[in-house]
Amino acid sequence: MSKPLKQIHLAAHFPGVNNTTVWSDPAAGSHIEFSSFAHFARTAERAKFDFLFLAEGLRLREQGGKIYDLDVVGRPDTFTVLAALAAVTDHLGLTGTINSTFNEPYEVARQFASLDHLSGGRAAWNVVTSWDAFTGENFRRGGFLPQQERYSRAREFLETANELFDSWRGDEILADPSTGAFLSDAKAGSFAHTGQHFDIHGQFNVPRSPQGRPVIFQAGDSEEGREFAASSADAIFSRYATLKEGQAFYADVKGRLPRYGRERDHLLILPAASFVLGDTDAEAEEIARDVRRQQVSGATAIKHLEFVWNRDLSGYDPEGPLPDVDPDLGEHTVARGRAQVRMYRDPLATAREWRELAEANKWSIRDLVIETGNRQTFVGSPATLAGTINDFVQADVSDGFILVPHITPGGLDSFADQVVPLLQERGVYRTEYEGTTLRDHLGLAHPDERHDVRSAS
Amino acid sequence: MTSTPHPLHLAVALDGTGWHPASWREPVSRPRDLLTAGYWADLVAEAEHGLLDLVTIEDGLGPQSSRLTEPDDRTDQVRGRLDAVLVAARIAPRTRHIGVVPTVVTTHTEPFHISKAIATLDYVSTGRAGVRVQIGPRPNEAAHFGRRSVPSLPAGGYNTPEGQEAVRGHFDEAADYVEVVRRLWDSWEDDAEIRDAATGRFVDREKLHYIDFEGEHFRVKGPSITPRPPQGQPIVSALAHATVPYRLVARAADIGYVTPHDSDQARAIVAEIRAEQALAGRADETVHIFGDLVVFLDDDPAEAAARRERLDALAGEAYTSDARIFTGTPSQLAHLLQEFQAAGLSGFRLRPAVVGHDLPAITRGLVPELQRRGVFRSAYEADTLRGLLGLARPANRYAATTA
Repeated sequence: MSKPLKQIHLAAHFPGVNNTTVWSDPAAGSHIEFSSFAHFARTAERAKFDFLFLAEGLRLREQGGKIYDLDVVGRPDTFTVLAALAAVTDHLGLTGTINSTFNEPYEVARQFASLDHLSGGRAAWNVVTSWDAFTGENFRRGGFLPQQERYSRAREFLETANELFDSWRGDEILADPSTGAFLSDAKAGSFAHTGQHFDIHGQFNVPRSPQGRPVIFQAGDSEEGREFAASSADAIFSRYATLKEGQAFYADVKGRLPRYGRERDHLLILPAASFVLGDTDAEAEEIARDVRRQQVSGATAIKHLEFVWNRDLSGYDPEGPLPDVDPDLGEHTVARGRAQVRMYRDPLATAREWRELAEANKWSIRDLVIETGNRQTFVGSPATLAGTINDFVQADVSDGFILVPHITPGGLDSFADQVVPLLQERGVYRTEYEGTTLRDHLGLAHPDERHDVRSAS
Repeated sequence: MTSTPHPLHLAVALDGTGWHPASWREPVSRPRDLLTAGYWADLVAEAEHGLLDLVTIEDGLGPQSSRLTEPDDRTDQVRGRLDAVLVAARIAPRTRHIGVVPTVVTTHTEPFHISKAIATLDYVSTGRAGVRVQIGPRPNEAAHFGRRSVPSLPAGGYNTPEGQEAVRGHFDEAADYVEVVRRLWDSWEDDAEIRDAATGRFVDREKLHYIDFEGEHFRVKGPSITPRPPQGQPIVSALAHATVPYRLVARAADIGYVTPHDSDQARAIVAEIRAEQALAGRADETVHIFGDLVVFLDDDPAEAAARRERLDALAGEAYTSDARIFTGTPSQLAHLLQEFQAAGLSGFRLRPAVVGHDLPAITRGLVPELQRRGVFRSAYEADTLRGLLGLARPANRYAATTA
């Protein structure tokens, strides 16, 4: 007997402040005005997506000591936009990336609990960590975190936030005018946490929200990040959307779940995926090539090479060969506020590999950056996209995808109109929302159903 | 012949089911809906129906309490609330004209986060955002953050000489906080986003500015991650009861909410704030001074008084407030507001005793009465909160001025 078809989860990443987003396209609109967010969210909801996803950045990026000006720059405040989007959508989940380094648990917990109330149970939190003093210059705590402590702070931050979410059972509000009892328990919300990073106690002032706790996302890819996800997350925002890499990541992380007493479907794997649609596969390929060239101008290619070289390469011709000089292996100082530079763990090897590739294919710097860095995850006709996405999910590359369009705010429209109906026809994607909360959409249990979250007192 | 009356400004302060602690027990109240978006949307729609300038939304970083300095463990009053900035953001897209002004505690939060949050509230409301800054001196709230300990307040409360001394540091920090928030709002010039395809540049980085703030409590580099909001500078407001907070209003705010109990007090407060304003070099800027009043409004004054007595009996004690408590008819209130206005106040922030009753009494009783007297608008005359308050869109402090 064949295995039952998995249902696909789809979500939408609002186009971000990197070169995936093509701002020079005539169709590109504002990335700040609320009307753009509302359009994007309504499209995602029309397509019955699980949620909308917002990334985070708490300092404008710099390169070579200057604010980086080639990509989209600027973004609104995550919580504020998500709360406003709750007013113009009814079902769509609202996922915000919020840093555990430059925030405090009490405040973040009340923001997520408030968002969950105000959206009727649609809040999710992508927990990220950061340690750079560069970003810290915008915050009270300033400074930074030793890199080895970032996961321990993140872990303890989340634990503490969970203690705050769980500090109300959910049945304390009686609001009975006849007896005059508003609360059943004067100590509702009491908490006390003592740990390496946080020593706090008192009363949490947001009663339990519809989902109990927001849905928790994790995005880190390191060994520690994977363990963190396997122990504590409901979903992973991953970067492995290709067949082999995706399957390996999926098997690895799902394989870690039993150690924490968790089932396979307690943690969803949702890679980011870009896409280009055309009427035919050939047309889509052509559009995709054009998009990649728009995404990587000559100037962008040089800047991208600097991520690896950690040197000022502004003297090089983007249409010429790669630099002979080797990367500077010292502390990375050229590009600041950019997680991407950490992807290149062995810059010398990367430089060597790229030179060989460029030589073999007669690629310029710009060609190299376009060919190695920027291929869209899915390119093709609507039928090809629907088929590939379904094949990938059924082959355990993932449980679905977080789509990253390259045009703000209309980049999702064609996918909603042309690809989603084909997935629905295949019976692998919902035609209506069955539940009201994000947990319902993702098939996740309410925290109170899964295990007893409160210690007996 | 009398001179043409000046229009006055009107705000409503939203807090739970109303300001009287027993308000939640009134049949008209909806205490079980306090944590829903619909509840707040309905209140703000009613306020907008009454053409009010703005609503403020109360908040705090700990449980509500009948005691000034600590939790009270009471179970007979509303406890639990939502983050005010998020409530404001949730209702903003569903309204069109009214200003939305959430409360933010400066003592424990990050000015960088709040600056972008209020800027974003300005975007989602297309130019109707403000913020009301409040200090958080309670030791129990400091323990929720664990980053600093704050001394217990003197038994006499904030408004004694010892109390003022104890909170002076918090207000100084609040002034720094507002300075950072305002600089960050200006850290992008309006035309910083250029989308210049020819050069491939999205922004003109000469028009993005580091704010380089250094103070006793924090250093902030900037620029903001959020472009300059539609109003340029959203409205900053603060409640003030004594010299130290009056100084904050005079130095940093667009609106001060004050609590005179009669016209003489109003006159004295206005004079003090104006003098501080001059000292701060802001004599030529508009700083509104709104009088705060708790209101029980009924068409029959005896009914209003009886309602107040009934609520006091339910609460087990007479309600007291920092603000004057008004009990009477819309016409009597209109008269009082005009009297206060003559003493120098430019508007009022009314605290409905029972929001389900007294908010509609304001919008459907008081407002028509004020309109009849020629001192309140009959239609919204502007699309932004600054516009409603008669404030021009300010120049950017970082923009190069042409000689």
